[in-house]
Amino acid sequence: MEWSETAVRDELRSFLEENWDPNAELLDWRNKLVDSGWGMPSWPERWFGRDMPQSLLSVVAEEFARIGAVSVARTGIRLLAAETLLAHGNDAQRERYLRKILTGEETWCQLFSEPGSGSDLAGSTTRAELVGDDWIINGQKVWTTSAHHADFGLLLARHDWDVPKHQGLSYFILDFHQEGVEVHPLKQMNGHASFNQVFFNNAKVSRSDQVGENGDGWQIAMTTLMHERRNAGNIFVEARRRGDFKGSIYEQEAEENKILLEPYTWYPQRAGRVDLVLPRAKATGAIRDPVARQEIAKLMIMSRCAEWTALRARAAQQQGQPQGPEGSLGKLAGSNIARQAATVHTLISGVDAMTAGEESPESGIVAEILLSVPAISIAGGTDEIQRNIISERVLGMQKEPRMDTGPFKDVRKS
Amino acid sequence: MSTFAFTDEQLQLRESVRRYLTDHATVSRTRELMGDSDGFDRQSFQGLFNELGIGGVHLPEEYGGAGLSYVELCVVLEEMGRALYPSPYLSSNVLAANALLLTGTTEQKAELLPLIASGARLATVALYEDSNRSDVANIEQIVVGGSFTGTKSFVLDATVAECFVVVAREGSDRHNAPRFWLADSNDPGIKCSATESIDSTRRIGSVSFDNVSVERLGEAERDLTRFDKFVDLASVALANEMVGGAQWLLESSVEYANSRVQFGRPISSMQAIKHKCADLLLEIELAKSGAYRAAQAVADDDPALPVYANIAKAAANDAYMKSAADAIQIHGGIGFTWDNDTHLWFKRAKSSQVLLGTSEIHRDQLLERIDFLEAD
Repeated sequence: MEWSETAVRDELRSFLEENWDPNAELLDWRNKLVDSGWGMPSWPERWFGRDMPQSLLSVVAEEFARIGAVSVARTGIRLLAAETLLAHGNDAQRERYLRKILTGEETWCQLFSEPGSGSDLAGSTTRAELVGDDWIINGQKVWTTSAHHADFGLLLARHDWDVPKHQGLSYFILDFHQEGVEVHPLKQMNGHASFNQVFFNNAKVSRSDQVGENGDGWQIAMTTLMHERRNAGNIFVEARRRGDFKGSIYEQEAEENKILLEPYTWYPQRAGRVDLVLPRAKATGAIRDPVARQEIAKLMIMSRCAEWTALRARAAQQQGQPQGPEGSLGKLAGSNIARQAATVHTLISGVDAMTAGEESPESGIVAEILLSVPAISIAGGTDEIQRNIISERVLGMQKEPRMDTGPFKDVRKS
Repeated sequence: MSTFAFTDEQLQLRESVRRYLTDHATVSRTRELMGDSDGFDRQSFQGLFNELGIGGVHLPEEYGGAGLSYVELCVVLEEMGRALYPSPYLSSNVLAANALLLTGTTEQKAELLPLIASGARLATVALYEDSNRSDVANIEQIVVGGSFTGTKSFVLDATVAECFVVVAREGSDRHNAPRFWLADSNDPGIKCSATESIDSTRRIGSVSFDNVSVERLGEAERDLTRFDKFVDLASVALANEMVGGAQWLLESSVEYANSRVQFGRPISSMQAIKHKCADLLLEIELAKSGAYRAAQAVADDDPALPVYANIAKAAANDAYMKSAADAIQIHGGIGFTWDNDTHLWFKRAKSSQVLLGTSEIHRDQLLERIDFLEAD
């Protein structure tokens, strides 16, 4: 069917008027959303959607926000799982998993990175062997957000060692509720433990939980990562304050978010907290120091120009102009800004920059900035990988000669 | 560039200027002009007016202009910077025209702007003197009784200018902002001499005024903001020219790195080179955003223009100098030779970096004007 903005608004409004109840049970409400297709309107009608174009999703979001209606469960990794299964899963898998992802009953994590394959994700050495009707999994994953309360994981593992690396990977749904899976928190240099290490010791995946065919793993993982990048800015969407609205459903939602968003509390500090710079510089008098002034101004210039660059990319896209280089630079710019912000916070704090805890600058926030910024140029693709991508895809420079093109078993590993 | 993307018309303007300069501003022609006494090609310069119609891009139509905005002017300047086009366009059609537009009476504008916009008269602004080499506002020289005596330095295109806009304070009013005055180059009290510049594609000179009678631009009543606005507009114009030059340096570096083979492979496959280029791209794109945003602020008469001008010039300074230094490094030994073209842009980067304020000065000023930034 052809959707227009007015049609979407009208139909959604009457659905919400009839069904939205801020004192409903969260699970009941989300099941209604799933059944009506208003939970994921851009999905196909057959799978809990309404076949609506992406361009109208902002209208849907506006209508939800207008009355404070709670959405389907979207935070964390689970939406990536849902999108991946929608794109590559079979009907039985979609039937089994999609609804409970959207209702929030089951949570997911992503089992991609390994101690031996970080930037080089396709170098995975987690082993998958088919024995009878089960895949037997052995190996180790790392940097797994939310693994400690996950029900399922999206697993990338190697089934064939005799072909080039990208071809020997397969993609599985791993059930965490079994003996062969062990989860240990991974403590970071900033004291938080937002990630986990996951160990597989003869863990089992039923043959019916393989996504795609043998050798499809890399391609499917790319779908997951594409959605991760697309969602990167939305991770906090559901955490916005709903202070204007009252009802018991919000308490249930807040309880859910408390667990799901806990790993992300230090993410703003990781980005450098540019917002704190001017108020602190004025309060401490550092704004009159000639050296600090220069560094503060450098930061302001960098962060303003980066914002304008993002606006420029968006505007060009909206006008249907071909994507220019300005669209691929955000992550690298973010790293530079965060590092410069850490420099400036250090200058402003002076010797106080060595202190931590409640009594330290901004009740410990400055210390957390200084100890979190090193992550931003690594997580989600290191600056070095970003520079490779930018120089090759945007500037058209040559690729480095590869030393890993033969059968994976012969490729050197650390 | 209403919503931060160039319109189709603006992109077409860019395209036509680029095409014209590709034909008329070849590097070999620029190298010939570096040894020429005027330093520019009068024929190709006249073509800007007759063929392209860009003599008064941002000037109102009643003064012989095209009636477009500062954004279009900056598009033109970016292309001129990219092509390293040697001409008095910046001094006459931008700086002198801006001074007239900002401060002139209707009669003064009607008399002079059409001449500038048609290329019939070359004007320039005599701004710098010994007292204000770093702080452009620190002007000490004065006009007394309609007569000016003093020496101005670093005057762009001084030896070819037919008309000077002199920046000086009024003797009776010397504590207030500098004013703009008109002087004719035929006045016997004016003596011009060329100053050797490291950048032969942009000419500078020293102009001495001995009892030269000057005409005040505008009315006698004070408007203290005009001088600052003139400097902001000049910084924005220069910043846009500079990002064009930086872009040329990046493209030429990438092209060279793709063709240069060492150790059996193109050096563009080496991360030491690729990463340098990726970093340059980032810095240049950020500087472009600053320059474009500031140009838009001029067009919109945005009260935040002063901070945007600081941002634009500081970012352009750093991006252009870094591009120039890295371009030589990427080219290696050949990049240090006279025959390789990189040094021509390097020299323009250096002369532009210090003209109208180094990054340090703009950053310091940015924080003085910080309330604008926070209000924004």
